[in-house]
Amino acid sequence: MTTVTASENGFRRILRSIHIPPVYFFLILVFLIGGTLDQILADGQIFKNPAIMLNIVVRSVALGIVAVGQSLVIIGASIDLSVAYTISITAVMSSYLMQGKTENVPLAILGVFGIGALIGVANGLTITKLHVNPFIATLGTSLIIKGIINATFSNYTGSVPESFQFFGYGTIGPIPVSIIILFLTVLAGWFILARTKFGSHLYGVGGNTEVARLSGVRTDRVLIGAHVMCSMTAVLAGLFLVSLMQSGAPWVGPNGIYDLNSIATTVIGGTALAGGKGGVWGTLAGVLIFGVLDTTFNQLGVNPYLKTVLQGAIIVLAVASYTIRSKKEVA
Amino acid sequence: MTTTSVTSPGGFTKLLVTIWGGIKRIPPVYPIFFLIFIVLGILNPVKYQSINGVMTFLRTASPLAILAFGEMMVLALGGFDLSVGAIVTFVVLVSSKLLANNPANAFPAIMIMLGFGVAIGLVNGLVVSYLKVPSFIATLGMMLFVRGGALYWVGGAPQGYLTDNWRAFGRNYFENVPIFGRVPYALLILIGLALLTYYIFHRTNLGKQILAIGDNVRASQLSGVRVKLVRVLTFVMCSVLAVIAGVMIGGYGGVNVTIGEGFEMQAIAACVVGGVLLGGGKGSILNAIFGAFTLQAIVNLLNLLGLPKPYTDAVQGLIIIGAVAYVGLTSMRKR
Amino acid sequence: MANEINQTSSQNSGNIQPTMEVQNISKRFPGVVALDDVSLQFFPGEIHAIVGENGAGKSTLMKIMSGAYIPDSGKIYLDGGKVSFAHPREAQKKGISIIYQEFNLLPERTVAHNIFLGREPSKFGALDVRQMNKQAREVLMEIGVEKMVSPTALASGLSVAEQQLVEIAKAISFNAKVLIMDEPTAALSFTEVKLLHDLVSRLKQKGMSIIFISHRLVEVFDIAEKITVLKDGKFIKTVDKKDVTPADIVYLMVGRTLDHYFPPLGKPEDFGEVVLKINDASNECLKDINFELRKGEVLGVAGLQGSGRTELAQALFGVVPFKSGKMELHGKGIAIKSPAKAIKNKMGFVTEDRKSEGITPRQPIRDNMLLTVRSTQFLLSSILKDGIRKSRKLVPMLGKQVDIRTDSFDREAQFLSGGNQQKVVLAKWLASDADVFIFDEPTRGIDVESKASIHDMIRDLTRRGIAVLMISSELPEIIGMSDRILVMAEWQIAGELPAKSSEQAIMLFATGHSKNAQKNSELAGKE
Repeated sequence: MTTVTASENGFRRILRSIHIPPVYFFLILVFLIGGTLDQILADGQIFKNPAIMLNIVVRSVALGIVAVGQSLVIIGASIDLSVAYTISITAVMSSYLMQGKTENVPLAILGVFGIGALIGVANGLTITKLHVNPFIATLGTSLIIKGIINATFSNYTGSVPESFQFFGYGTIGPIPVSIIILFLTVLAGWFILARTKFGSHLYGVGGNTEVARLSGVRTDRVLIGAHVMCSMTAVLAGLFLVSLMQSGAPWVGPNGIYDLNSIATTVIGGTALAGGKGGVWGTLAGVLIFGVLDTTFNQLGVNPYLKTVLQGAIIVLAVASYTIRSKKEVA
Repeated sequence: MTTTSVTSPGGFTKLLVTIWGGIKRIPPVYPIFFLIFIVLGILNPVKYQSINGVMTFLRTASPLAILAFGEMMVLALGGFDLSVGAIVTFVVLVSSKLLANNPANAFPAIMIMLGFGVAIGLVNGLVVSYLKVPSFIATLGMMLFVRGGALYWVGGAPQGYLTDNWRAFGRNYFENVPIFGRVPYALLILIGLALLTYYIFHRTNLGKQILAIGDNVRASQLSGVRVKLVRVLTFVMCSVLAVIAGVMIGGYGGVNVTIGEGFEMQAIAACVVGGVLLGGGKGSILNAIFGAFTLQAIVNLLNLLGLPKPYTDAVQGLIIIGAVAYVGLTSMRKR
Repeated sequence: MANEINQTSSQNSGNIQPTMEVQNISKRFPGVVALDDVSLQFFPGEIHAIVGENGAGKSTLMKIMSGAYIPDSGKIYLDGGKVSFAHPREAQKKGISIIYQEFNLLPERTVAHNIFLGREPSKFGALDVRQMNKQAREVLMEIGVEKMVSPTALASGLSVAEQQLVEIAKAISFNAKVLIMDEPTAALSFTEVKLLHDLVSRLKQKGMSIIFISHRLVEVFDIAEKITVLKDGKFIKTVDKKDVTPADIVYLMVGRTLDHYFPPLGKPEDFGEVVLKINDASNECLKDINFELRKGEVLGVAGLQGSGRTELAQALFGVVPFKSGKMELHGKGIAIKSPAKAIKNKMGFVTEDRKSEGITPRQPIRDNMLLTVRSTQFLLSSILKDGIRKSRKLVPMLGKQVDIRTDSFDREAQFLSGGNQQKVVLAKWLASDADVFIFDEPTRGIDVESKASIHDMIRDLTRRGIAVLMISSELPEIIGMSDRILVMAEWQIAGELPAKSSEQAIMLFATGHSKNAQKNSELAGKE
């Protein structure tokens, strides 16, 4: 614990304050193992072909965006299981509203963000005012959304105009737009957590709600805000996905297991389920780890169903690697 | 202790007071169920006012009821089991392959499934007890594991049909029964399992310890309760019951890829409607069963009213949130 | 003693107005009067200690003064103006800060974040971290600790003493005029106490009025200038430290008549062989525990809050086991590493906090009573071997043994009174045939009638040959019930006293005035 004297120049101070979350070393490890397996058992593309590495990141964009939102909520000692269906409804609604016409795009975007805000507020209110357990509240919401989607749409709906596909496929120079958006989202998440009063209050609410309340923090509003932000990231991820697929289908969200994966990557990244600690950079590493795993499985030709099996196991083991240290009995 | 300051005018008023006190204590699920069933009867007398129709209803509702009281025991423990839907999927899909269209394989196939049930419950319980992963997440992970495993095993599509003898449990009826006409196998299985589970949960030390753990795990530990053992056993019971329910569901429904989806939520909804507290410490086999019946009746009612099936999911979500909020708020008022 | 607000034996420095004044404050809770017509004055630049036994009303008074409780009657004045607080935040804004024993810090946040939670400085809408760290540093400099604690350090990485400094810094940042501290030195080492002493002196120079609650008379006499004694919720006296000795304070704190009825103590022929023997046992907190417990006796364990009594019980019962030393049960060496093992060896533990550790609140009384028996039986045997019929007889029998007042044993335990809940816990251990009982505060928060009932039951147990270890903070209970008395202080056994020892004798051991403690403070004086 060194004290920083005013005479140190700004650059050194910034350098000192950046500490790399340990999960990044784990990421490098996983990458090396995956690449080696690929080398031995398959055609070794991971190490040889830079396009594959890029692909790892691109595959991770959707999950990465929504994981940022989930991290916010988990830091507040809550959780959001409705993100998968929020992504779904975004995909179908935006595609439906756009009808392939560029001029409809702004309206569609506005529309889906509105829906996302509504979902977030509903989650937040159910948890803070009705005092329903966050697991149940968001699971219930997801069921409601699922019902609405299935009742209204059963297949691909509408279409996305080419101009919007820039989001998913475009590049600015050599860098895909999608990666830029992911990076900006993570940056935004970091900014909110580290540089706003809201973020400071969110850590308080998650760390010790009573202490926060005694300090004058409006705990209900903070939590609702976090849930709205989470739903917004789900919407953004949904827009990204739909721009890739060119048309929205109802199974988009659940198929990608975005709910569980966003939780697992958050936890691997060093954010505790109990709340009050953690950050989004670690989550990004967690997302990339899952991306590497996914790509490795693909390279090795692992059966997609087997992938699901492995994912289930990995998620539980990932969370276990943190929870195993606690001494208290858990329900 | 309330002292009834009724100026004792005699036995009859006292009797009324006692009856009213008894009535107030009946869990709301029973009157709600009968009300909905009566409405169903009015709307569709053929189906719901005949014994025949009631039996048909019970054939469909029985597996859900079994899932429900299995889940109820985990809820009473203070946890959640979200893998039961995937277990149903697993049972139906993998059995379709194991049977290889040969009725002789039915018995061994069912035994193998029960074995899987035990294994799944064991893993769930151990992960929560030793890895300290909250049961919500542990069983969600298990859900993926089991569902993926099922699809992998059958290569993504059902591998055969389910033989008639295997399907008998969920589909067939006992014919020419006095008074009732025909009685579904499913109902008898339900009654048998319910009696057995009722005995275990309400009449043995195991059941009492489940409730104690759900109520106050610390006090239970300090009183010598073997928390980890009881927890593992509870999850095993839930999974095994889910396997049996899976056989029955495959029985009347036939095989298709998405068959088990959503059953975990229905099981929880059934328990919540039946008045089971989500925090643990309270539970009742009978309430869970009637919660399931009520849920099934609501689904049927909505269908009858012309509401498209997907909306029933939405309604279920609302029911869960509503019931949990209701229970939560009323218990808060007590404090 | 009459309220001596206008005639305190301390010197009212003439015309200086008190920073804070409380008049005729009273507060009751269900079943107990916490404060009864207490009036006090606190002056700027003064260090004022509040002492008294457990339950004297000190915490309640501090909570009222800091806005956490609302008094039933009485007035509070700040700088001469009448004030009232609906929320601790209001008191904080007016300049009254309180630091509790359990610190209110967020462990995963930095010092600066903790200090400014809820009022973070901002620039253009964004958090101004640089400004926040700067202001935090300034506050830390104000109390002279900027070299020890950095604004960017995580609270979890700080020692207990450093965390306390952060709490004090937080108070300063609110421009506190009155700083209240609850047991400030309880968790500090000797050198840390000295640091706190210096800090407090510096704060005093700035004109702050400092009030602290403490049980450690050694520290009280080191730091305080004025000492106020409370007893049973009433104001006794305020004295200048230089006019009194610790023994005087102890006398003011206790001196009461024993007017409760207790069952007669055991006679020497009632005590059997040694059932439990502990030699040189220690764990993370306890040190060098040595004692014996005999069949048929009540061994009372006295001591002040934080002296380690509950930890002793937890060690004996295997909750936080001993790490070294020897333990013998019925003559056989044994190591109790878990509650289940303790129960198997016929030990019972009636815990301090029945609500969180003793009862399962939503289960019926009968299930609570039978929990220990059931956990040791085969899982699938129907409720109690021999079926329900046996439990139907057993439960009322237990109920009668412990004198529970209830119309039905099927009621949920949460609806019973505190006294009856405690009896349920007692019944649970009776049912399990324990022959060594550990009681931790057996009658805390219980009405007088049930108290007597439980005391009778404890003596009854001993008559049946059961050995009882009884921890209590109520001196009359210790003196009235114990055949021998162990006194604990600072996580060790400070001494052993015979039956019917005086309250003063017990308190002297408990407040660190035993021979050992005196030696320590002599040594310390040399540093």
